[in-house]
Amino acid sequence: MLTFEHVSKVYDGNRIAVADFNLDVKAGEFIVLIGPSGCGKTTTLKMVNRLIEPTAGAIYLNGKEIREQNPVALRRHIGYVIQQIALFPNMTIAQNVDVVPRLLGWPAERRRQRVRELLELVGMDPDEYSDRYPSELSGGQQQRIGVLRALAAEPPLILMDEPFGALDPITRENLQEELKALQAKLRKTILFVTHDMDEALKLADRIVVMKDGHIVQVAAPEELLRHPANEFVASFIGKDRLAPGLELRTVEQVMIGEPVTVRPHTGVAEGVATMRRKKVDTLLVTDESGRLLGAVSIEELNRNYQRAHQVQDLMARDVPVVFEGTPAREAFDLIIQEKLEYLPVMDREGRLKGLVTRTSMVNALASVVWGDEASA
Amino acid sequence: MPWLPWYGEMKQVLSWTEFLAARGSSILSATGEHLLLSLGAVLLGTLIAVPLGILLARHEQVASVVLGISGTIQTIPSLAFFGFVLPFLGIGVVPAMTVLFLYSILPILRNTYTGIREVSPAYLEAGVGMGMNRRQLLTWIQFPLAFPVIMSGIRVSTVYIISWATLSALIGAGGLGDPILAGIHTYDAKLIIAGALPAAMLALLASWSLGLVERAVTPRGLRQR
Repeated sequence: MLTFEHVSKVYDGNRIAVADFNLDVKAGEFIVLIGPSGCGKTTTLKMVNRLIEPTAGAIYLNGKEIREQNPVALRRHIGYVIQQIALFPNMTIAQNVDVVPRLLGWPAERRRQRVRELLELVGMDPDEYSDRYPSELSGGQQQRIGVLRALAAEPPLILMDEPFGALDPITRENLQEELKALQAKLRKTILFVTHDMDEALKLADRIVVMKDGHIVQVAAPEELLRHPANEFVASFIGKDRLAPGLELRTVEQVMIGEPVTVRPHTGVAEGVATMRRKKVDTLLVTDESGRLLGAVSIEELNRNYQRAHQVQDLMARDVPVVFEGTPAREAFDLIIQEKLEYLPVMDREGRLKGLVTRTSMVNALASVVWGDEASA
Repeated sequence: MPWLPWYGEMKQVLSWTEFLAARGSSILSATGEHLLLSLGAVLLGTLIAVPLGILLARHEQVASVVLGISGTIQTIPSLAFFGFVLPFLGIGVVPAMTVLFLYSILPILRNTYTGIREVSPAYLEAGVGMGMNRRQLLTWIQFPLAFPVIMSGIRVSTVYIISWATLSALIGAGGLGDPILAGIHTYDAKLIIAGALPAAMLALLASWSLGLVERAVTPRGLRQR
């Protein structure tokens, strides 16, 4: 859909911004250009809508060379979002969204329709927001409008130059999610520039890593993480991300080993004593070979110790469990959704291996946030 | 000389009531003349300076030359300037208006130029990137964003042209300079006040009403600054 052929840009005859850039972008693909500042990613982007003219090579959009097209007409069919957002402060939100349809001379009714449709698309009530001015919106809302403005005339291709770079981390993540959802719905071809690897990994179908005007590696996010082409890519991705993140860990890696267990025939009084000694409020009941039979809580023991003699009379048998090899994340989700205090981990034979608790969840998260030394 | 009528009852000492009864209508018509003279000059100045300023914003080198010349005009003492045009344009409204017009240009020109230049490049990049041509860029973005600055140039210009227009009485253009000059010549404080006070009030009124106009036509999105 978009093809770069040996595209180069040289400034003042010697400073090379982009050198022999080759890339074939398929329709509907989300391409992220990433690299340190000055690597030529923004220059590459701006050569597509001819804000910058290449020194050599050619760029084809749907098979037609862009140099042969009128730049003004070309730009009206390519969406453009920039970091400074730059909604026109003298225009209302509706007028801002409407700029390109108006430039293209769409009929008034269709334009009005389109503005409403777009605002609704990102969950902004048209009646509430249409007549406001950009200065009355938060930064996040402004860039949401910035994205809508690029989508307005339904261009097949959208260029985004660090669109979320100026936003606070929480807003940035929200907008990334929204963009991803929009992209899933609209299937635009997107060329997106960033220097934020998390952003690239989250959004891209393919990531183009650039350095000093050259492409270092083109790969899907997974591929990039698994097989960085060289030291530069690896260091740019960062050690933390190359280590298995929370996503990739299994329950064995986060569980507490050797939980406190009792046999089914253990007396109730002894069970209470064990709890006190080990400072736990739940006992797991296993048989001689270590197979999990059930669990009994301190509340249960306190309430019914007069009516029972052995823990097996009081234990719950339908305890939720997970098996070894389950992703830690699934276990955490289960704990949160079912409001569990703990989740036993069993092997395939039903033997108790350990316990995932809320504490192990916090530790695992801490190790992701602060590195492994925090959870050690 | 047009201000000769003001020399009527030279030696009489009049109370303010008697003075106003005798002079009221002359003061009113002098105020009208004054207003027309000043506003005419500023209007002409605006018509020339705004387009010129927009043009200059596109050509930086030319701009420094033109702004330099315009600044030099500003430094010519107004009294000397009125005298200077006398041999070429004679006396009356035309030479006076010419001088005032030339004086009115600089603040409007400078503000238009800086107003347009100071539009953030991000807006221009967004505009160009979305496919605006040069004319659309000017009428949709640059001019509306520069408008408050241009308006304040027009306001400054209007206020001081109204005050300088009193000097045009020297070359027979009429206006509120007439009673002031007559008052100076005859040592009559009432006449001086009869010219100076309305002139000052006109300046204040012009500034205030242009402020209202500016507010009315500035889009809501640009008002908080």
